[in-house]
Amino acid sequence: MRFVKLALAAATAVGLALTASAAMAQQRKVKIATEGAYAPWNFVNSAGKLEGFEIDLAADLCKRANLDCEIVAQDWDGIIPSLTAKKYDAIMAGMNITDKRLEVISFTQAYASGPHGMMAAKGAKFASAMPTGRFNLTTGKAEADKAIEQIKAAVKGKIVGVQVSTTNANFVNEYLKGSVAEVREYKTTEQHDLDLAAGRVDFVFAAHSAFAATIASPIGKDMEIVGPALNGGILGRGVAVGLRKDDNDLREAFDKAIAAAKADGTIKALTQKWFKIDMTPLS
Amino acid sequence: MQSLSLLTWGTSGWLDELTFAAGLTFLIALAGFALGALFGALAATAKLSRSRFARGAADVYTTVLRGIPDLLVIYLFYFGGSAALSSIAGLFGYTGFVGMPAFVTAALAIGIVNGAYQAEVLRGAYLAIPKGELEAAKACGMSDWIRLRRIIVPQVLRFALPGLGNVWQLVLKESALVAVIGLTVHLPAIDVFQLFTLPEVRFNDLLRQAHVAAGSTRLPFIFYLTAGAFYLLLTTLSYAFFQRAEKRALVGLRRA
Amino acid sequence: MDVAFLRETFLRLLPGVPLTLQLAFLSVSIGLFFALLLGFAMRARFAPLAWLAHGYVFVFRGTPLLVQVFLIYYGLGQFRPFLQELDLWWFFRSPWYCVLLALAMNTAAYGAEIVRGGLQSVPAPQVEAARAFGMSGFTLYRRIIGPLALRQALPAYGNELILMVKATALASTVTLMEITGIAHKLISETFRAVEIFLVAGSIYLFLNFLLTRLIAWGERKIAPDLALDKPELKTALVH
Repeated sequence: MRFVKLALAAATAVGLALTASAAMAQQRKVKIATEGAYAPWNFVNSAGKLEGFEIDLAADLCKRANLDCEIVAQDWDGIIPSLTAKKYDAIMAGMNITDKRLEVISFTQAYASGPHGMMAAKGAKFASAMPTGRFNLTTGKAEADKAIEQIKAAVKGKIVGVQVSTTNANFVNEYLKGSVAEVREYKTTEQHDLDLAAGRVDFVFAAHSAFAATIASPIGKDMEIVGPALNGGILGRGVAVGLRKDDNDLREAFDKAIAAAKADGTIKALTQKWFKIDMTPLS
Repeated sequence: MQSLSLLTWGTSGWLDELTFAAGLTFLIALAGFALGALFGALAATAKLSRSRFARGAADVYTTVLRGIPDLLVIYLFYFGGSAALSSIAGLFGYTGFVGMPAFVTAALAIGIVNGAYQAEVLRGAYLAIPKGELEAAKACGMSDWIRLRRIIVPQVLRFALPGLGNVWQLVLKESALVAVIGLTVHLPAIDVFQLFTLPEVRFNDLLRQAHVAAGSTRLPFIFYLTAGAFYLLLTTLSYAFFQRAEKRALVGLRRA
Repeated sequence: MDVAFLRETFLRLLPGVPLTLQLAFLSVSIGLFFALLLGFAMRARFAPLAWLAHGYVFVFRGTPLLVQVFLIYYGLGQFRPFLQELDLWWFFRSPWYCVLLALAMNTAAYGAEIVRGGLQSVPAPQVEAARAFGMSGFTLYRRIIGPLALRQALPAYGNELILMVKATALASTVTLMEITGIAHKLISETFRAVEIFLVAGSIYLFLNFLLTRLIAWGERKIAPDLALDKPELKTALVH
C-alpha cells in the first residue's frame, strides 16, 4: 500500500516536472506591435531602438506571463488589419478600448487610463473661456455635457488638429465639428504638434500623456494644456492590449499579468516614470 | 549650427540612419524595377500578340495602372495584401496566415505600377526593330527561339534603353511613397557559423527615416532637405550610369 | 460584391472630386506659365540664366514630389517667425497653398523640359527661311517657332497633365481631403481596401479618360497630320 502511494506520488512529481519543463521549453512566441511614433507611450530613439512606457510594460508583462515576446513597429493605419491578418499577435500602442474596435478585435483589461484634452500655444485667448477640471463622459454625463457646451462656445472659428481614426478624432467629429472652423486630420500626433508649433492649427486634441512629451521637447516650450481633462464615453475605456477575438489563451495570460502589475505597483511606477503622473486604471 | 550636429554619424546624430535608409530605398526601387520588368515584358508581349483577349487584358492593365495615383495602389497592397494572400492560400487548403513582408508589399505595389510604364517602352522598342531584319532572320531559317535571342532581345534592349532610364528615375522617386505606409525592414540577430554574431538591425526607408528624425527632434527642415539630397544623389548617379550604358549599346550602330 | 457599400463609398468620395480638380487645374495653369519662362531661359544666350534654369529643372526632376511637399509644408513651417516678418505666413500657413506651390513648381520643371524639347525640334532651315523673309521677334515666334514647337510638345504635355491629376493625391499627406485622402480615411475606418480602391480608382480613371479625350481633340486641331495614330510616340515620353 505504502509502495503504491509512493509510486503515485513519484509519478505525479515526474508528471508535474515534465509539464513544467515542457512549458518552460515551449514558451509561446508572441509578436507585439507598437506604433513607434507616440511618445512617451512608444517611440523610436536616434539609435533606432523602440523605447517608451509600453516597451517597458511589455517586457514586464511577458516575464510575468512567461512569454517569449518580440516587439515590432507598425504604422497606426494598418495596425488592426495586420493583427487580424496574423502579422503579429498583440497590439500595445496606446490603443483605447472602444465599441467600434471591439467589433473587430478583443481587448484585455485596461493597463493605463489617462485623460484626453487640448493643447494650444501659451496664452491663447480662447482657452481662458474654457472650463477646467476633470469630467467623465460615462459616469458624470450631465456635468461633462455642460463642460462640452462651454468648450464648443470657446473654440468657435478655430482650427483643430487631431490624429486620424483615433478616439480623439471620434470625439472631435462628434462634438466639436459644428463649432470649429475646420478639423484637420493627421497621420501622427508628431505631425499635428509640428503644425501647432507652426501656428497652422489653433489647438490639438489628444491624450494628456502625449502632451507631456511634446511640452518637454524643444518644440513644446511655448505650448500648454488648456481646458478640462476628459475621459470615458466616446473617448474609450482606457488603454489595453488588443488581441484577435479567438486568442483566448493570450488574453487570459495578459489579463493575469496586468492584474498582477497593477496590484504590486509596477504600472504606477512605470506611468510615473514616463508620464510623470499615475495612470493606473481604477477598476 | 546646432542643426548640423544632427547630421553626424553615430548614436547622437542621424546621418548613419539616413544613409542606411537611402540604401533600403535603393533596394526597394531595384526590386520594384525588376518586378516591373517582368510585368512589363509580359504585358508588352500580350499587347503584340494576335490574341484579342491578351491585347485587351494588357491594355486594361496599362491604362488602369497609369491612370490612377500610385498612392492608391500602395494603399491597396498595404491594407489588402496580406488578407488577400491568406484567402488565396485558403483556397488551396492552407489555413494559416500568409504574411506579406513589408518589403515585398512595397516592391510589389511599385513593380505593378512600374510594369505598366515598362510595357509601353518595351512595345515601342519592339516596333522600332526594322521589319526587314525579322523577315531576313526567318528567311535564314532561324527558329522562333533563336530569333528572340539573337535578333529581338538585343535590339529591344538597345532601343528601350533611354525609355527604361526614364522609367528607372520614375521608380526611384516613386519609392518615396512607400514612406506613407512606413516600411521598416527588421533583421534579427544572426549567428554566423557560431563565430560571431551580426547584430539585429532595423531599417526604415529614406523618407520615413526623415519623418522619424523630424518628429523626434522637431526640426523637419534639415531632415527633409537631407532626404532630398540623397534622392538627388541617387537619381544623378543613375542618370550617369544610363548615359554610359546607352553609349555602349550604340557602339557599332550607324547613325542617320 | 456589396453594391450598397460601393454606392455609399462613391457618395463619400464624391466631395473630394472638386478639390482634386481644383488642385490639378490651378497647378497646371501656374506651372505652365513658369514652364514657358524656364524653357526659354534654358536656351538663353546669357549663360548664368541658362545655368539657373537648368539647375532648377535638375533639382525638381531629381527629387520625389512627396519630399518637395514635405519640405515646403513641414520644413518651412519651422521658420514661422521669419516668414511672418516677410508677411508670407498667410501663404505657408495653409496646406492648400503649400500643396499648390509644390505641385506648380514640380510641373514647371517637367514642363520646362517639354518646352525646351519643343523649341529644339524646330528645324533651323525653317527659322532661317523666316528670317530671310524679314520675320523676327514676336512674329517669328507666333507664326513659325510657336506652332511647330507646340505640335511637337503637345503629346508629351498631355502626358504631364495626366501625371498631375495623379499627383494631386499627395495633397492627402498634408491633411487635404481630396479623393485619395478620403479613400484612405474610409479604408482605415472599414478595412475594406479592395472595394474602396475600386471606387476611387474608377473616379480617377474617368477623370483621366475625359482628359485624354480633350488632349486628343487638341492634337487633332493643332496637328491633324501628326495625330493620326502614333501611340508609341506619346508613351515613350514618360518622365
